[in-house]
Amino acid sequence: MTLDVAAIRADFPILSRTVRGGRPLVYLDSGATSQKPVQVLDAERAFYQQHNSAAHRGAHLLGEEATDAYESARARVAAFIGAGPGEIVFTKNATEAINLVAYAMGNAGSVGPGDEILVTEMEHHANLVPWQQLCERTGATLRWFRVTPEGTLDLDLDLITERTKIVAVTHQSNVTGAIPPVAEIARAAHEQGALVLADGAQSVPHQPVDVAALGVDFLAFSGHKMLAPYGIGVLFGRAEALEAMPPFLFGGSMIEVVRMEGSTFLPPPQRFEPGVPPAAQAVGLAAACDYLSALGMANVAAHEESLTAYALDTLSALGGVRILGPLTTKDRGGAVSFDVTGVHPHDVGQILDEFGVAVRADHHCAAPLHRALGVAASTRASFYVYNTPEEVDTLAEAIRHAQRFFGVR
Amino acid sequence: MQVESMYQQIILDHYRNPHHKGLREPFNAEVHHVNPVCGDEVTLRVALENVAGEPVVADLSYDALGCSISQASASVMSDLVVGKAVAEAMTISQAFLELMQSKGEGSPDEGVLEDAVAFAGVSKYPARIKCALLGWMAWKDATAQALEGYSASDAR
Repeated sequence: MTLDVAAIRADFPILSRTVRGGRPLVYLDSGATSQKPVQVLDAERAFYQQHNSAAHRGAHLLGEEATDAYESARARVAAFIGAGPGEIVFTKNATEAINLVAYAMGNAGSVGPGDEILVTEMEHHANLVPWQQLCERTGATLRWFRVTPEGTLDLDLDLITERTKIVAVTHQSNVTGAIPPVAEIARAAHEQGALVLADGAQSVPHQPVDVAALGVDFLAFSGHKMLAPYGIGVLFGRAEALEAMPPFLFGGSMIEVVRMEGSTFLPPPQRFEPGVPPAAQAVGLAAACDYLSALGMANVAAHEESLTAYALDTLSALGGVRILGPLTTKDRGGAVSFDVTGVHPHDVGQILDEFGVAVRADHHCAAPLHRALGVAASTRASFYVYNTPEEVDTLAEAIRHAQRFFGVR
Repeated sequence: MQVESMYQQIILDHYRNPHHKGLREPFNAEVHHVNPVCGDEVTLRVALENVAGEPVVADLSYDALGCSISQASASVMSDLVVGKAVAEAMTISQAFLELMQSKGEGSPDEGVLEDAVAFAGVSKYPARIKCALLGWMAWKDATAQALEGYSASDAR
């Protein structure tokens, strides 16, 4: 079923505003953060207006309602990715979720000299730097899969050995859109007794994700990239994997018995959620999951695939534009990064902005990947449920203008 | 288009044909500055000489990777500071910084900033101010370092 994009756009008030020069907004930066539909904004507002109080504490009706709202949100988010409610830890964002696992592994003493942590050259800094730091703290060694000149993963499974403690890999590159074979990597890692963490920040918002089919131990993602508010993210952890992990952050809500001499901790997921929980944000995220489920994630993926195919064709046809990453939609999501020959991404972005086209123009927090592809930075258009082929046409027109303006075509 | 108020012809000219570019000897200090957001970088060298007891910028050379604004700004800066007393060059640098912080409301003194007044439009685009300042910040840093060595030896 195709999406009714006009009806969807009506749910996003921001899409009807104008930008520089009174031009309509062409928002092609959902890879950085998505826009929010009224259904999500209303859900968050309704929580604050009707039920606001501190979840998991308070001897009053509002406390019960807030707790119900928060735990119901957990169950809906769990269902969205095929997990159990106890396997969903709410965090600030995907970055914090990844740091949680890295710190917990360090706290558990489960990595040390001689052990290896395996990442990839295509990671967002959020799924690279926490592992570099874990290695620095523990004496473990960081290793990585390289990328091919096409920006896909150079899958050398021999890198996974009995020394590997965890494999941390993106489920969809935020730069090239490439989708690595995470399930295959997970099987190989489990054969060697290693854990597997997938960075789902760019996959969960855009394609159907089932954690059982993916076969990973951990999946991290952010609410704000999937129509939900800022300040809420998710760490999915397989029940046994979470159970085996010590806490990362400490304080109220995560303890069992506290004495001056020491404390014991609650089971997961509460063990990993110290402090008053972000119930309104969790409610917003659950509303976003409901919104996406109503559209159907397979339909969302199909819509983005058709936009991506159109963008790849249109941009390739311009001449003087090098697309970073796969040139077809096979194993590829809707992030289209490109280099306009002879024009710096900042300058491309500036001209695009003049056309009302919002893109990202820098290294997209993936400097090693850009280095591997031989560029310092790039311009990225990224698509979501509300984007149209006409917006891709405006993008192409603006790129042509940038080429003329800087005298390269 | 409004954006043309930022991309003045003089900026595009300096971008295509940058002045004083390339790293040269001798120099008193070398610095490497980056814009962490976009990965743009500049390596910049400053050579000072003693003219009648006052430090003067004898040469400024640089190698840079970046957008039109950062490249052109470094080029214009090199024209402005080479041959000037360090104290005067610092005054120009301060005037440029103030222009960049003016949010498009500044009235730059062309007598002080010369070609650099062309960057007035950049101050309306907060994301690009760092680009325009990349070379200037590197120059200030390199000159401060060069002055330390300079005081010790009193001459190059």
